Amino acid sequence: MVSQSATKPVYVTTVGLVVLVVLLALVSLGTGPVRLSPAIVIDALFGGGSDVQQTIIREIRLPRAILASAIGAVLGLSGAALQGLLRNPLASPSLFGAPQSAAFGAVLMIALGWADARSYVLPVAGIAMAFVSVFVLLGIAGRNAGLLLLILAGLAISSLAGAATALVMNLSPNPFASLEIAFWLLGSLEDRSFRHVMLALPFIVAGGISLWTQRSAFRALSLGEETAQSLGIDVTRVRLLVITGVALGVGGAVAVSGTIGFIGLVAPHLMRPLIGYDPARLLVPSALTGAALLTAADIAVRIIPSNTDIKVGVLTSIIGVPFFLYLIVRERRALAGGVA
Amino acid sequence: MSGELLRVDKLGVTLSGRAVLEDVSLSFSGRRLVALVGPNGAGKTTLLRALAGLVQSKGTIEVGGDLLSSLPLRERARRFGYLPQGHVVHWPLRVRDIVALGRYPRGATDPARLSSDDESAVTRAMQATEIVTLAARRVTELSGGERSRVALARVLAVEAPILLADEPTASLDPRFQIDAMQNLRNTADRGVLAIVVTHDLALAARFADTVLVLSNGRLVAQGTPEQALSEAVMADVFRVTAYRADYQHEHVIVPWAGV
Repeated sequence: MVSQSATKPVYVTTVGLVVLVVLLALVSLGTGPVRLSPAIVIDALFGGGSDVQQTIIREIRLPRAILASAIGAVLGLSGAALQGLLRNPLASPSLFGAPQSAAFGAVLMIALGWADARSYVLPVAGIAMAFVSVFVLLGIAGRNAGLLLLILAGLAISSLAGAATALVMNLSPNPFASLEIAFWLLGSLEDRSFRHVMLALPFIVAGGISLWTQRSAFRALSLGEETAQSLGIDVTRVRLLVITGVALGVGGAVAVSGTIGFIGLVAPHLMRPLIGYDPARLLVPSALTGAALLTAADIAVRIIPSNTDIKVGVLTSIIGVPFFLYLIVRERRALAGGVA
Repeated sequence: MSGELLRVDKLGVTLSGRAVLEDVSLSFSGRRLVALVGPNGAGKTTLLRALAGLVQSKGTIEVGGDLLSSLPLRERARRFGYLPQGHVVHWPLRVRDIVALGRYPRGATDPARLSSDDESAVTRAMQATEIVTLAARRVTELSGGERSRVALARVLAVEAPILLADEPTASLDPRFQIDAMQNLRNTADRGVLAIVVTHDLALAARFADTVLVLSNGRLVAQGTPEQALSEAVMADVFRVTAYRADYQHEHVIVPWAGV
């Protein structure tokens, strides 16, 4: 009886979020230099409207909308999964340096000239570096990591990844390559085609599935690793699957979009007041929230008037960092006391 | 003893190069409350963790005739309920959902979808620990004593043949300490082998069938409370004298002064 009333908000919230993501996607498809109404958008999606409208919607804007939803979703899911694994509300891919490390991997490939647009070199390099970064972080943090240790280790890893990226740009043969890398690093979904969707989506889906399968382990981990293990959970395996899932998702995403931060941190926090703290139940709503956030941000960068286009990664960081500060203030006692 | 439930032979644990536990051999059938006592750092928690299969150990542990190391994790979890120190819950979850996690080894991974068997096990555990009225509360809203009872209910809900509890009475007021031990006593009387780490020798002497005394990683005494907590053991291991008496047909042993 208690349980039924506890799951109901989850379904209501999930359905509401699905509707929101669909609506935002429609708005996203209608937004750009040529503004189109939702009716025209839907018509064009199903083969109606003029040729120009069809081209704009189906070839230019649809890949962008799909990528925004998919990347936002996997970032939200990664954040919720990491927070569940580490029982820690400040865990997220970007604070742990995963996107920065993936970006380093990708940038290295660009600088070496090994990456042309069609190849899987970029996502694979990104995934490999994201895997290394999360693996090292969890290795440093150990079994019962406190907030402070995680944040410091994450800071060190993202700084290292940032420095390595800077070194690559520093050594790059011509200034135009550096400039291109710099803009790419800011994170954007502009001018992405179905080629990019095909490049990223398989990894994002695989990563998402890997994280999703671990949901009930996150619930048991609420009681600590030792108790979870005594309940029959192979904690080492769970860790490995989560690291792999985050690396696949974030690496795949970064390879086509550049670094987009803070979605993974913010999404689960937005959901907790609505659906509670059960880390297993948070996964899907966090993913949908991530999708909605990134789609909304990607609409915003097209509407905000400015001389040059604002990159979506810049916008998510501008919004995300103050949110992070707010969380630090809220967790101040735990951080200062070093309580795990 | 016929039908041995737990048999431990020459168990040893080495943690970062230091032998924390050496040459521990035990054998118990069900329906027993065993108190595991010893000074700080004697290896009590390590022994409990080794029995639960949470640390690497040498020697053999047999559960109901099966080698512990040969059992898959899920099966181990069905045979041992393990209650660690501290009763940590990392998220403000609801009491009933926490207790329901005790059914995880039986395949009940979602507290919102319990079978009727699991549901009744959860209810039994909550009734035994008198937390039924707290079911819908968040664990963060509870007092330390209430949290301990929730933790105890969680491990009771496993309904495993062996229950390992690490200081279940710590941070409880006298009434709930007695209730917690009585609970474990009742659990043992239902056929369970309950092994309980405690620093409270008075509770150990009163409620336990058998007392195990650990000192520097070795088992130095075991037997009935009077045998295991003899004057010599109290002096050598705990460095105290004890007041001894019988009250209402039960043993009273109260540590009294340092020696």
